[in-house]
Amino acid sequence: MSREIVILSGKGGTGKTSITAAFASLAKNAVFTDCDVDAADLHLILSPEVYKRENFSSGAKAVVDINKCTVCGSCKDLCRFNAIDIQNNEIIIDEFACEGCGLCSIACPVGAINIEQYDNNHIYFADCRFGPMVYGKLAIAEENSGKLVSKIRSYAKETAKKVKTDYIITDGPPGIGCPVISSVTGANLVVAVTEPTLSGWHDLERLIEMIARFKTPVKVIINKFDLNEEMALTIENKLNEMGIELLGKIPYDETMLYALLERKTINEYNPESKLAIIINEMWNKIINIC
Amino acid sequence: MKIAITSGKGGTGKTTVSTGLFQILTKYMKYNVQLLDCDVEEPDCSIFIKASKTASYPSTISIPKIDVEKCSFCGKCKSACAFNAIVMFPTANFIEVSADMCHGCGACTYVCPNNAIQEQDEEIGQITHFDYFAKDEFIEGRMKVGKALQTRVIRETIKHAKEDCIILFDSPPGTSCPVVATVSSADFVIMVTEPTPFGLHDLKLMVETVKQLNKKHGIVVNKAGLDYKPLYDYIHQNNITLMGEIPFSKTLAGAYSRGEIIAETSKEVTEIFRDIIIKILNGIAI
Repeated sequence: MSREIVILSGKGGTGKTSITAAFASLAKNAVFTDCDVDAADLHLILSPEVYKRENFSSGAKAVVDINKCTVCGSCKDLCRFNAIDIQNNEIIIDEFACEGCGLCSIACPVGAINIEQYDNNHIYFADCRFGPMVYGKLAIAEENSGKLVSKIRSYAKETAKKVKTDYIITDGPPGIGCPVISSVTGANLVVAVTEPTLSGWHDLERLIEMIARFKTPVKVIINKFDLNEEMALTIENKLNEMGIELLGKIPYDETMLYALLERKTINEYNPESKLAIIINEMWNKIINIC
Repeated sequence: MKIAITSGKGGTGKTTVSTGLFQILTKYMKYNVQLLDCDVEEPDCSIFIKASKTASYPSTISIPKIDVEKCSFCGKCKSACAFNAIVMFPTANFIEVSADMCHGCGACTYVCPNNAIQEQDEEIGQITHFDYFAKDEFIEGRMKVGKALQTRVIRETIKHAKEDCIILFDSPPGTSCPVVATVSSADFVIMVTEPTPFGLHDLKLMVETVKQLNKKHGIVVNKAGLDYKPLYDYIHQNNITLMGEIPFSKTLAGAYSRGEIIAETSKEVTEIFRDIIIKILNGIAI
C-alpha cells in the first residue's frame, strides 16, 4: 500500500506548492496529485503531459421550465437558500445560491422544475518527469465540494496500486473547509506549511484543530522563518507544547522564485543550495516516519 | 459602494489590502466604513484591526432529527436527500441524519408522511461585530472548525452589510462558490496578485470569474519588485486598471508578521492606498 502525504497550510501563500514540487523531485517512486482544484498550480512546475481528461459533476442546480410554471411561488417560500425570486411575474433562480437540494422540484405542483447536474469540472490523468500525476480543475464559480477532491484521491490510489508506488504526494487546498476535510480523511501524514506571522500561526492553529478530528498525524514546516525569527521561535515553542514535531525551518530566499520562473523545483534548479539541502533533509525525515 | 478584495491565489495580500483600505478610509479620509471579513475558514482581519467587540452570535443551520418511534421507514426522506445524509437500516430499526453531510434544506421534513422529523439548530459558525472609531464597524464571520458549510457563514455575514456607507469585503481565496458568494453583491472587485507565475495563473482565473459575474474590477500588485513581465503584459493587453503596487520589502513583511497594518508603516505606502481609494471613488477603474 502506498502512503499518502498531504501538504496543507491553512493560510494561502505560505509555499505549499513550491515545497510539494520539491518533494516530488526527491520522491523516487510516487504519484502526485493537486487537490487545490480551485487554483491548481502544481502543474506549472511539474509540466505534466495529459493523456486523459474526464468530466466530473460536483453539483446540481434547479432549472425552471417557464412554459409549465404557474408562478405560484411555493418553491420560493420553501427554498432555504434564498435562491428563488419572482421578477416580472417569472421565477428566477440564482444559480450561485442554489445548492441543488431539489426541494423546489419535489414541491412544484406542476412539475416545472428540474434538477440538472453540472459537469464542467475536469480531472486530468497525466505523466510528469517525476511520475504519474492526477489533478483536477474546477470550472469557474463552481461549487468547490470535496467530491472532486475525493475523486482525485481515489484515482490517485488506483494509479498508485497499478504502478506500485510507495507514495502519493498531494498538494492540498488552503483553508479548513470542505475540500480540505476531503483531502485529509484517511491520509497517512499531513505536512502543514506555515510562515512566521501572526496570521500564519492563527490559521495553522485552526488547521491543526481540524486535522485532530480526523486523527491524521501532522508535522510542520516553518517557511521563510527568518522574516521574523522571534515569531518562528514562538511557533516552535507552541508546537512543542502541543507535541507536534517541527520537520524543519526554511529561510526566505529568492532562489525559490528563480527556480519557479524556470518551472523547476529548487532541488533541480540548484541542488547544492541551502534551501535544496534543507528540503532534502526534511524529505528524508518524512520517509523515515511514513 | 461595496468593494470586494479578492485573489485567486492565497497569500497574495488580500487582508493586507482590505485592512489597509479600511484604516486609511476611516482614520485619514473620515469616511463611514464597514469591513466584513468573509474569509470565514481563516478570518485574519481581527489580527490587524484592533477593535472592541460589541456583539457575537452563532450562525446556524437546521439539522433534522428523526423520531424512530414515528418513522415507518418508507424511505421517502432518504430518496429526497440530495446530499446522501440519511442513513437507514429498516431491519435494524435504525435511521439517522449525518449532520456533516446535511445542508439543512428541509427536503426530508417536507416529504415525511408521518411527521417524524423535527429540526434543531446546529451552530456552524460565529458572527462577531466590532466597533471602530465609533462610526465604523468591523464584522467577522468565523466558521466553526470541522464544519464544511463555509458559504453559508459567508452569506450570513454579508447580510449585515449596511446601505449607506463604504463596505469592504475581505474575500476567501480561490474562484469557487465561497468567492462568488462574497463577490456577487459587490459593486467593485479588487484583485490582489503577486508578480510570480503562480500569481499570474490564478489572477487569470479570477479575471474570468469577475467577467462572468459582470463586475467592475482592477488589480493591485503586492510584493512588487520582481519585474515579472508576463504579469504586466497580461494586465496591459487585457486593459485592466492597475490600481497600485505595494512593494516587497523585509521591513513590510516584518510589520505584517507582527500584525501591523502595513498601510501605516510609511508615508509612501499610505499614499499607495490612498491612490487606490481615489481611483475607485472617481470611477477611473472600470
